Amino acid sequence: MSAIRTRLHVPQAPARPGEKPDFSYLQLSPAGAMKRPDPNAPLAETEYLANGLVRVLGDDHRAVGQWDPHLAPSDLELGLRHMMMTRVYDDRMHRAQRQGRTTFYIKSTGEEAVSVAAGMALRPTDMLFPGYRNQGLQIVRGRKLVDLMCQLLSNSRDMCKGRQLPVMYHSKEARLFSISGNLATQFPQAVGWAMAAAIKNEDDIAATWLGDGSTAEADFHYALLFAQVYRAPVILNVVNNQWAISTFQAFAGGESKSFAARGPGYGIPGIRVDGNDFLAVYAVTQWAAERARTGAGPTLIEHVTYRAAPHSTSDDPSRYRPKDEPEAWPLGDPIERLKSHLIALGGWSEEREATLAKQCEEQVTAAWREAMTYGTLTDGPQLDPDTMFDDIFKDLTPHLAKQRRQLAAERAKAEKKDK
Amino acid sequence: MTQMNMIQALNSAMDVMMAKDASVVTMGEDVGYFGGVFRVTDGLQRKYGQHRVLDSPIAEGGIVATAIGMSVNGLRPVAEIQFADYIYPAYDQIVSELARIRYRTGGEFNAPVTIRTPCGGGIRGGQTHSQSPEALFAHVCGIKVVMPSNPYDAKGLLISSIEDDDPVVFFEPKRLYNGPFDGDPHKPAVAWSSHPKGDVPDGHYRVPIGTAEIVRPGKQVTVITYGTMVHVCIAAAESLGLDAEVIDIRTIVPLDEETIVRSVKKTGRCVVAHEATRFAGFGAEILATIQEECFWHLEAPIQRVAGWDTPYPHAFEWEYFPGQARVAAALKATMEAK
Repeated sequence: MSAIRTRLHVPQAPARPGEKPDFSYLQLSPAGAMKRPDPNAPLAETEYLANGLVRVLGDDHRAVGQWDPHLAPSDLELGLRHMMMTRVYDDRMHRAQRQGRTTFYIKSTGEEAVSVAAGMALRPTDMLFPGYRNQGLQIVRGRKLVDLMCQLLSNSRDMCKGRQLPVMYHSKEARLFSISGNLATQFPQAVGWAMAAAIKNEDDIAATWLGDGSTAEADFHYALLFAQVYRAPVILNVVNNQWAISTFQAFAGGESKSFAARGPGYGIPGIRVDGNDFLAVYAVTQWAAERARTGAGPTLIEHVTYRAAPHSTSDDPSRYRPKDEPEAWPLGDPIERLKSHLIALGGWSEEREATLAKQCEEQVTAAWREAMTYGTLTDGPQLDPDTMFDDIFKDLTPHLAKQRRQLAAERAKAEKKDK
Repeated sequence: MTQMNMIQALNSAMDVMMAKDASVVTMGEDVGYFGGVFRVTDGLQRKYGQHRVLDSPIAEGGIVATAIGMSVNGLRPVAEIQFADYIYPAYDQIVSELARIRYRTGGEFNAPVTIRTPCGGGIRGGQTHSQSPEALFAHVCGIKVVMPSNPYDAKGLLISSIEDDDPVVFFEPKRLYNGPFDGDPHKPAVAWSSHPKGDVPDGHYRVPIGTAEIVRPGKQVTVITYGTMVHVCIAAAESLGLDAEVIDIRTIVPLDEETIVRSVKKTGRCVVAHEATRFAGFGAEILATIQEECFWHLEAPIQRVAGWDTPYPHAFEWEYFPGQARVAAALKATMEAK
């Protein structure tokens, strides 16, 4: 560290490798402490939500307070199942990358509730504009694991036809927009989608997600501005998992104000929610969806969570944060917390949990075996490289047709040489 | 047929499409109540309502991003960027998103957005109201790029652009809005009513994207150009008494190579002209194509006419602008080459 002192403030991560994890900067509220205003309440009556923390699950694993969504046990079990499936899928696909089967992977470990609870609180016809760490949404929307895996493998059944980095899924049918590697671009696009729904007087709403780091992009601000100006029926989710690769969230401006507090500045209610509390995420999403559907406009939700995994398969978190930081996270693990809640309710047990885990493992393994039969990036089969010229435009233009012929000639020549 | 200037023709295209297709909406800075700073959307909000003709915040990135979202939800948005010089905040949304949505989703999603934007100088706009950034978009895979040079083409091409299932960046040379301009700022302004392309059908018609037009047939030399320079080049060729064939490419992407190649093979001489800066300008792409396709037919080196590689200077607009003298010098050079 340089000893030179200037007046420039440079934010510091709370702890770096070798230091003791420190989450004392986190403002926490006890479960059940936050009041739930009417979804159509004026902004002034919701502003406290941007600074507190909506929590439903208490330390005793009971649901408390006005935000308890009173879900049926079957819904809770489904939520648990989706979250466990997401985790098992993540672990297996991360391993597949380590084995050289895929080039890249991004896990969502520790953040499963953010996607799964929100996805379940929305209608299947609502349009989702996910970020790259929202695989739980794909699971909730019933995407076949094998289809997702074929995308990771860039194989002959890849929905992206071998054009996208792994995890950049999409599905028109399941109303999941294409994931972009350019951060935050989906935020104002979701607002546009929602504006169109309002123009057409349709009931469906849009929801979108990005990370704390990405809120620094102009697109985040465009989204908030346009959403509020036109009262677009959209839910804007900031997943504050504390880290943007090695950069602590303070560098995105989270040091002096919560990300949720960006909302009221634009006239939008902002809610800070315990992102590892399945019930709380479900409840605030439901609240925001009701606002959107009744014409009250957008909501900004900050999910306070922790990225327990590396940013991606390309980084090693032990180089920039304490190794034991994930264990020190004060809001626990979303799967463990929902499991404990179900057990506390009496309808669930460690045995049922183990059975469910085994089922998830088996499904993922079976899907992986099947996906591999459709090819891998390294061993094929893939689509004909010829197809790379398709879908640039709806119809092939003359200059692309020419290049396609040129590639075909190159390949024919190479093939001849091989023989 | 009605006599229309380019603004009226573009307005008519919007009117025709909004009447024909309820999914067509338009948004941009000042486009609604006021009808646009150049009046292209005049009267549309009164006719089609505030929900289809939207005034927007001053945020070009937001305008294009929300237009993308609207298009994914079944609308056909026409986004106006008030000046092409203002388009850069939207560049990421255009290059990384709009251009690639069809591609990256294997054809499952598409984004039929048209971005209209006035370009070019000659209106004392200085360096932030005069640029011609078409090459920055021609270099992007997945965007069609159009620039009409007269009212008839402007209407027909805008209708084609709105109906196109691919995204289009539609450049409007603003010096041509009110009349053809031959590059001489000292002459009295000429109105479109004196020009055959000022006769515009009232209803729906298309000028196809991807087709050039030979606006002046000739045998001695081919001049390939677009936008404002179409009129400058015709005037320059005529002042020299040359039997020049002038091609208005009209569409930059996709480029009608066939018309260009056929003409250059016939004449063996060629001048390429645009108002945009020269270095890595779109003219370079045209030159490369001619070199590849017509090399053995060329009688002389190809000449290039363009704006200088400087920002558009407010005080020295006419020294910057590639006027008739610069075109004539290039024509002479190509004609004199042995």
